[in-house]
Amino acid sequence: MTLNTYFDYIIFPILTISVILVMIRLIKGPQVVDRVIALDLIITIGIALITVYSIRYSEPVLLDIAMIFALIAFLGTIAFSFYLDKQIKK
Amino acid sequence: MTEVLIAVFSTVGALAILFASIGILRMPDFYLRLSTTVKASTLGVGLLLICAAFTFSDVSITTKAVAIVFFLILTAPVAAHMIGKTAYHTGVEIWKGTIIDELKSFNEEKDADNKDQSETIG
Repeated sequence: MTLNTYFDYIIFPILTISVILVMIRLIKGPQVVDRVIALDLIITIGIALITVYSIRYSEPVLLDIAMIFALIAFLGTIAFSFYLDKQIKK
Repeated sequence: MTEVLIAVFSTVGALAILFASIGILRMPDFYLRLSTTVKASTLGVGLLLICAAFTFSDVSITTKAVAIVFFLILTAPVAAHMIGKTAYHTGVEIWKGTIIDELKSFNEEKDADNKDQSETIG
């Protein structure tokens, strides 16, 4: 069993199942804040998927996109909390 | 040797991410979901990026991986703190099994102080 088949049959399915589980919480989520952290977690798992993909197909260029994703996830969460805070002060 | 190391690290990382997603689905209230998610997912992504650094064994790739891990470790707690504060002020309810809520007593003291001040002024 080579490393590539291991990635194909174990690691990718685990990460895909994780995204599906978080997606259930994103749809169910009782409050807005639940949805915000679910979205944040989906983007973080996206970084993990990009990393595993770049290892599997040996394309290290894709790690730049992972870095940009990390930046966008942080900015998104901060922006959501900023505007939700503004909403209650009115 | 490197292959075994990569296999072990990627397995542990993927399992950490799986546990984070099970936690966000199964935990009873928002604050527990938040505390499960942030730590486990940061660990998982960090381990997978270490795998990438081992695989390519190139200085530029290693620097990139270390930069992403550093950025995640730096920003994830800040974002979690902000969204948790917002949730508390919006009035997201706490699970009934939670035994300590330090912010609640702090807010009550502040309210009592404000009342005392307004009484002395009035």
